[in-house]
Amino acid sequence: MTHTPPFRLPSGGRLIDRAFQIPFRFDGRTLRGLQGDSLASALLSNGQMMMGRSFKYHRPRGPVASGAEEPNALFGLGQGGRFEPNQRATTTSLVPGMALKSQNCWPSLDADIGAVNNWLSPMLPAGFYYKTFIHPRPFWKHVFEPIIRRSAGLGAAPTEADPDRYEQAYAHADLVVVGGGIAGLGAAVEAARNGQTVVVLEQDPVWGGRSPVDHPEGQARIDALLADLRAMPNVTMRRNTMATGLYDHGYLLAREALADHDPQQGIPRQRLWRIRAGHVIVATGALERPLSFACNDVPGVMLASAARDFIANYGVAPGQRIVVVTNNDDAYRTALVAHDAGLDVAAVIDARNVADGDLPQAVRARNIAVLTGSAIAKVKGGRHVEAVVLCDQAGDGKPTGAIDCDVVAMSGGWSPVVHLWSHCGGKLLWDKDQAMFRPNSERPPLGGDGRGNVTAVGAANGELRCAGNLERREAATRPVWCMPQGAPYKLRSKMWLDYQNDVKVSDVELAAREGYVSVEHTKRYTTLGMATDQGKVSNINGLAVLSKALDQPIPATGTTTFRPPYTPLTLATIAADARADTFQPLRKTPMHSWHEHHGASWEPVGQWRRAYCYCAAGEDRHAAVNREIKAVRQGVGTLDASTLGKIVVKGPDAGRFLDMMYTNMMSTLPVGRCRYGLMCNENGFLMDDGVVVRLTEDTWLCHTTTGGADHIHGHMEDWLQCEWWDWQVYTANVTEQWAQIAVAGPQARQLLQRLSGSFDLSQDALPFMSWGEGEIADIPARVYRISFSGELSYEIAVPANRGLELWEKLHEVGRDLGITPYGTEAMHVMRAEKGFIMIGDETDGTIIPQDLGLGWAISKKKTDYIGKRAQSRSHMTDRSRWQLVGLESLDGRVIPDGACAVDEGVNANGQRKTQGRVTSSYHSPTLGHPIAMALVRHGPERMGQVLEFPLPSGEVLKGRIVDPVFYDKEGSRLNG
Amino acid sequence: MAEALATIRRVEGMGMITLRGALEQIGPVVSDVTGIALPECRKITGAGDRQLGWMSPDELLCVMPVADLPAILAALQDGLTDRHALVLDMSDARVIYDIIGAHAEDVLAKLSPADLGAVGSDDLRRSRAAQTAAAFWRIESGFRVIGFRSTADYLGALLHNAAMPGSQLAPR
Amino acid sequence: MLALTCPCCGITAEETEFHPGGEAHLKRVGPEGADDEFEAYLFARKNPKGAHIERWRHSYGCGKWFHVARDTATLRVFGAYTTQSYGPPEDIVNAIRQSYPDWTFDRNAAE
Repeated sequence: MTHTPPFRLPSGGRLIDRAFQIPFRFDGRTLRGLQGDSLASALLSNGQMMMGRSFKYHRPRGPVASGAEEPNALFGLGQGGRFEPNQRATTTSLVPGMALKSQNCWPSLDADIGAVNNWLSPMLPAGFYYKTFIHPRPFWKHVFEPIIRRSAGLGAAPTEADPDRYEQAYAHADLVVVGGGIAGLGAAVEAARNGQTVVVLEQDPVWGGRSPVDHPEGQARIDALLADLRAMPNVTMRRNTMATGLYDHGYLLAREALADHDPQQGIPRQRLWRIRAGHVIVATGALERPLSFACNDVPGVMLASAARDFIANYGVAPGQRIVVVTNNDDAYRTALVAHDAGLDVAAVIDARNVADGDLPQAVRARNIAVLTGSAIAKVKGGRHVEAVVLCDQAGDGKPTGAIDCDVVAMSGGWSPVVHLWSHCGGKLLWDKDQAMFRPNSERPPLGGDGRGNVTAVGAANGELRCAGNLERREAATRPVWCMPQGAPYKLRSKMWLDYQNDVKVSDVELAAREGYVSVEHTKRYTTLGMATDQGKVSNINGLAVLSKALDQPIPATGTTTFRPPYTPLTLATIAADARADTFQPLRKTPMHSWHEHHGASWEPVGQWRRAYCYCAAGEDRHAAVNREIKAVRQGVGTLDASTLGKIVVKGPDAGRFLDMMYTNMMSTLPVGRCRYGLMCNENGFLMDDGVVVRLTEDTWLCHTTTGGADHIHGHMEDWLQCEWWDWQVYTANVTEQWAQIAVAGPQARQLLQRLSGSFDLSQDALPFMSWGEGEIADIPARVYRISFSGELSYEIAVPANRGLELWEKLHEVGRDLGITPYGTEAMHVMRAEKGFIMIGDETDGTIIPQDLGLGWAISKKKTDYIGKRAQSRSHMTDRSRWQLVGLESLDGRVIPDGACAVDEGVNANGQRKTQGRVTSSYHSPTLGHPIAMALVRHGPERMGQVLEFPLPSGEVLKGRIVDPVFYDKEGSRLNG
Repeated sequence: MAEALATIRRVEGMGMITLRGALEQIGPVVSDVTGIALPECRKITGAGDRQLGWMSPDELLCVMPVADLPAILAALQDGLTDRHALVLDMSDARVIYDIIGAHAEDVLAKLSPADLGAVGSDDLRRSRAAQTAAAFWRIESGFRVIGFRSTADYLGALLHNAAMPGSQLAPR
Repeated sequence: MLALTCPCCGITAEETEFHPGGEAHLKRVGPEGADDEFEAYLFARKNPKGAHIERWRHSYGCGKWFHVARDTATLRVFGAYTTQSYGPPEDIVNAIRQSYPDWTFDRNAAE
């Protein structure tokens, strides 16, 4: 028979408001639904049963379910940056103006070219990809992969940035109840009365779960529970909130939909809750299972519960003439609901031989035929159910009759929603009587105290009749994994298990025959349960088929692993604030705004932003760097060095402590002096360097690299707290208290003397590697005579709040000297010209100071320091370790950073052996030619030798080994 | 348009001194100089702009108007010269925001994993706000939050985002 | 996502407020140590399934390191205590033995 109007029933529908019509767009057509509709019910009310195409065979599909488990009715929703693929029509509330686009079809849902796969389906069995795309080998890259890539994935990804806002929030509660049905609300009331703080989460917009539909008194009971809960101040009730995963120690993630598909509200679209629960009650209900009969995927075949939900909740007729097929009593409710709504119930086909519970009797009392011991041999119809062919359940499918109908409501029994229970280690047991896996209450997930911290209640715990005295007497469910029992291959190859991924009973059987005995392997081979619904409707049926094929009991097969999220989560919700300006903390120095206004090109260093260079109008970065270097070498420049780590170390044992932290002797550093220090880890590897300053008799200031301050401070505290806890030392990370400016160049002193007043900055008063305290530009300052550029240099530290003031003053009074701000790249080039190493360039976590010619910075007098023992291990003392040298390019081209120097011969993989690599490489504007630093085997003993550096292009550059100090070898400039 | 959940106000002009030392040794001197009782573990004492916070078993934070800082700093340094202690002016290393308004707690609950219900009126909680360290305590009608100077803009942006009008955490 | 209680300040907080530091109670081997001793100190770690003592730092809080006795299989936390010690206190040993009656603290098992 054909699918005919009216699709919206004249009355009924507890969730809709017939006074408010809502227009929406579906594949370019304008349709109307009602306030309170889901997308699925709105489409059904327009006679649109076909809502998608399956992934592999492009078969026409209608909704199977009415909730979160829906595998078929998926749409692309929204437009532009708000477009989202794979949105479930059954759980998406209709919003005015919503635009739906059908998926996995071309040119249209009705006329889909890809449906040709359906005719080819005998040639596309499970494991088809693995078997087919192997030969000939070159075909994979050029033919198979491009085609598969084009057809892979359901729906299309949006191409624009999501304009909506998302947020996250933390919550803490004694108890979180997941599920706002009769079991969850009842448990919440009980806990709240005992004084616990309770949070109740419900994924749907309405409370109540199944009870209002399934029981005449259900809504009244729910309303009473809600009234109790709302009166208690210790209870928080949250609708539209899906508990997505349960993690260690009661950590629960939940997604609250605030303004889904309704950006006009101007509030965050979704919120991810991070809830720490003392205890979790899982009251997530159960999901109905389909029955495996031939052509159970034709649009119009749906779960019995879905059929009655559409009628009871939305006043929608899924069809005019209904056949119910079941193995349990519950499905009879659908017959009753449909009949009472004025629809024609043709028959209830019951696979059981006896059906004498209260519900079947009530159905019979309405003169509806109940056919026991019966089954559906196959469903007739292509784009819509037209009839069912009947047979005996015990037989092999021989037709015994046929019934015209336009909807089939099926029920294969119910499976508890055990996802949350299982996410965090809760075990399941097989309940043979009810044919379901349910939580094993003796093996719950454990909390931090070692005791169970999750309880499953109601249908989620297998108590399908949890509505208590609302329930009527029901007979047992009979497991039916194949309908009819003796169905031949021809029928089994049309019995769908996984609707979205097109996995059939015959595919799972094939996998078993081919040796897939593990349910996890079978899942991946057949793709059973791997679609966006993650097997919510297919999992149990599939593993039952596998068990039968393997001739073993169902618990021996077991389930696949339940993993979060319960339903798909938008990536934007997971990211929330971590995007755009707040993607990560961006650390700014006190002079950040000045750099910004003076053309700074930024370089990220850890989370800091440092000026790479300052481009003048019309100048590129390379030109700017060269100009900055010349200015410092010939005049004076300023570098914002505020990012350098600064750690104060104080106490009677501070000197002794620093002797352990550094390879150098720091305890002997005189007050008023500075010393360059190296810090290694216990592996002996160089991890940080910087200038150490002795402030007073018992106080030192340790400078670290820009990225290293927090790490090095933590490293110091680790040793102080955990190893030498009896040493009297306090440390403090004062990095951000100070703004630090390097004033470098031959005219640095001349410039500073204009601002230093009585503070004597002369060579005699403040020689190289000393420091002094005084006022610069009337700002209290510490001045360190240290140099990373190789020029006469003063690093001036002032309280951070006055950093910008000093910087601007320097530029004001130094204008006639051509004062130039310089960035990190100029700094890098100048330090390389001087042969100074850089942590992270010359080191990579496997380099010891000895590799870098820094033996002079390792105290021979000390009996111990962190890393000393490691540096005497045989590999560390191996003379063939690569050592630091300089390189001069023979043809004047820059040898790329990271280039390898090749050696004679090849390694086991046929690659040229290497004998060194470039660690830093620049064009030196000071010298007018390229310079490089490299680590080379026996390097320092090979001065003058030429190494070859093949490039990916095939060219070979040559470099001569030279001393790594290219500029001012005697150091007269920085001492000046 | 609804109002923001709370007013986010950057507080200027506050000074901060970090003290490290065995609290039983430095405590009496600190109390004496500041006129504020030594806080118990996790607590903050004093009132208004002059407060003393417990930061760790051997660290205190002294907050005061920046004008009062030089005298207090000098007095603390003097008073503690004969003891093993570290006294540092950290005023410039920090940023302070006040979150004021009926839904101030909602703003903080979006950023910090701390159990705010367990933060009493005299508690100082060290935690984080999204990806940056933050410490906070209750003030009249809200919270005072201190963070690092370098990430002040980041923290400010987070707080403003979290205070978005209409985004209160109470169920809708 | 674990929840831990810092024994130094008493705060119970989530894992992201802490920083893990691997096995606890390693005995440092200095310059005088033999090769095999030093190798064991540097590289050999217990990594048991069951009771384990590990280092954590309350990095977003009081900044202190502390030790946690934890069941690596069930994530049960037996207790936490200061790093200024050479082994777990008796109450924590007793708590561990409720789950693992034969458990003994072996500081130098790595050597």
